[in-house]
Amino acid sequence: MNKGALSKGFIYTLLIAGSLLMLLPFLWMISTSLKPANEVMMLPPKWIPSEILWENYREAWNIAPFGRYLLNSIIVTVLSTVGELITTILAAYAFSRIQFYGRDILFSFLLGTMMVPGEVLLIPNFVTLSNLGWIDHYEALIIPWIASIFAIFLLRQYFLSIPKELTYAAKIDGCSDFRFLWSIMVPLAKPALITIALLKAIGSWNAFLWPLIVTNSKDMRTLPVGLTSFSTEAGTIYELLMAGSTMIILPMIILYLFLQKYIIEGISRSGIKG
Amino acid sequence: MQVKLIDVTMKFNDVVAVYNLNITIESGKLVSLLGPSGCGKSTTLFLLAGLYKPNNGSIIFGDKKVNEIEPENREIGMVFQNYALYPHMSVLKNIMFPLNMQKVPKKEAEKRAKEMADLVRIGHLLARKPGQLSGGQQQRVAIARALVKQPKLLLLDEPLSNLDARLRLEMREEIRRIQQEVGITTIFVTHDQEEAMSISDQVLLLNDGQIQQYNHPQYLYNHPINIFVAKFMGNPPINILETMVDKEAKKLILTSNEQQMMIPNKLNIQTIQDEKIYLGIRPEELFITSLDEGALQGKITYVETIGRDTLIRAAIGDEPLRVIIPPDTKIKIGDLVGFGMKEDRIHIFDSTGRNISQQLT
Repeated sequence: MNKGALSKGFIYTLLIAGSLLMLLPFLWMISTSLKPANEVMMLPPKWIPSEILWENYREAWNIAPFGRYLLNSIIVTVLSTVGELITTILAAYAFSRIQFYGRDILFSFLLGTMMVPGEVLLIPNFVTLSNLGWIDHYEALIIPWIASIFAIFLLRQYFLSIPKELTYAAKIDGCSDFRFLWSIMVPLAKPALITIALLKAIGSWNAFLWPLIVTNSKDMRTLPVGLTSFSTEAGTIYELLMAGSTMIILPMIILYLFLQKYIIEGISRSGIKG
Repeated sequence: MQVKLIDVTMKFNDVVAVYNLNITIESGKLVSLLGPSGCGKSTTLFLLAGLYKPNNGSIIFGDKKVNEIEPENREIGMVFQNYALYPHMSVLKNIMFPLNMQKVPKKEAEKRAKEMADLVRIGHLLARKPGQLSGGQQQRVAIARALVKQPKLLLLDEPLSNLDARLRLEMREEIRRIQQEVGITTIFVTHDQEEAMSISDQVLLLNDGQIQQYNHPQYLYNHPINIFVAKFMGNPPINILETMVDKEAKKLILTSNEQQMMIPNKLNIQTIQDEKIYLGIRPEELFITSLDEGALQGKITYVETIGRDTLIRAAIGDEPLRVIIPPDTKIKIGDLVGFGMKEDRIHIFDSTGRNISQQLT
């Protein structure tokens, strides 16, 4: 009993320390976003600003066309998430349920591409897109990102855990492949699909390097790229940058809070026979 | 609907799963496909369902060859070992699913699904999800779903093997009742000979992808065509004694310990061509007698009383023998006794395992 309580106490201390460590940058961001400019770089650091400046948020919003950036971010995130879900569902079904020549070799080949670092692809992708004339268009922000090998792999494993007899039963019941996929496999794979969608949405919302490279005009920029507006030749306006960052991550945190139980279910169930 | 398999062969890569199968299943009958695991019984069922395509031969439903017809157009219903219910749909939705696929109007589909649910006695569970049902109830839903589109052939793939012993008895009676009420031709896969004997009109016993025997279950028990069938049917299993034939002394000699055995009167020893034969006798057709009257002598090594039967094991030299005796027999381990046989129930198998009893009498 005593021993149990002791080890429990130890575990909780560790967990609390760990979560504080994770929270620290966020707290610092929020604290900085509310400071007057002269307190940002102060040493020793000041955690509680002497005066809470909500004003920073309005100023940050107005420094660049953030309304437009927000719209772009939403369009890009929604379309690339939906696009990825569609390609992932179709590919995972083919790789898990349809027998075709060279299937397994093709799949290993796709997995092999995960070993290529993303940075290597920046230039070839840029050249391809500029040849297509897509630079500075939504296509450039969305199309390269609507297929993910990792997502296909995750969903394929989930599909494989769904008993084959369900496929047979549906076939005998007169169900086509497509109908079976949509009315049976997809509902059953909901936790995995939500995980995939959420990971994609977060990744797409936070993407910085790619949108920076393929967009030139202010009209096409997304929120993370918009944050560069706070950096000038004269230096970075940290309190406004942090205010902008806080506003940008807010939607993702809310989304995560709503869907987190599915994420945990998706990750913990994907290996277990459904 | 009558079902015919003609020269059906199925290979997976180089492994032959079913070889040259020829059977006719009469309309309205319940036929069991029986055999040890890997004998090809499930493969045969999947061939009938159209989930596998045979490499050779024809599958004929009624008078139509169905080799090239897809499962959904074969007018069959199927129940799987793990039931394969759609976990996210209610019982009613599960049963309605095949009708929805056939585009039956919703009202009629619901009415037919409810009638079927009543037939299998789950009418009160329609709103539940499969996960909230017991194994037996899930089984009933699976049967209802298979029957709702009024198929001509019902296929059951080891439907009882996931149930506990008591439920298994109940469900096998239920399957028989439903089958007879609907009057549908039914094929039932099982590895349990007792299940097959109790439920079926005909049993098809398979081994290594080949037919061993196809007949009434009791006929298989009484007239096994070879040693495999004799051993497979019946529990506790039949005793098989390997003996040498001594024509001059008119004796059979047990190979394992050279004990001599009296020859059953009905047996004409001169007609036996092989030097070595196998003698098959079921445990219930042996009885205990005095040492000198018995055809065999042995020592009791084990006594086990299960309900109405007492099962004993005896050692004839080192050859084991199983015998079922009335429970009031006074007997204990270590006793040396004689064993008599009901002579007309002895099976004689030649050295290749073929039953030659008929030719010898």
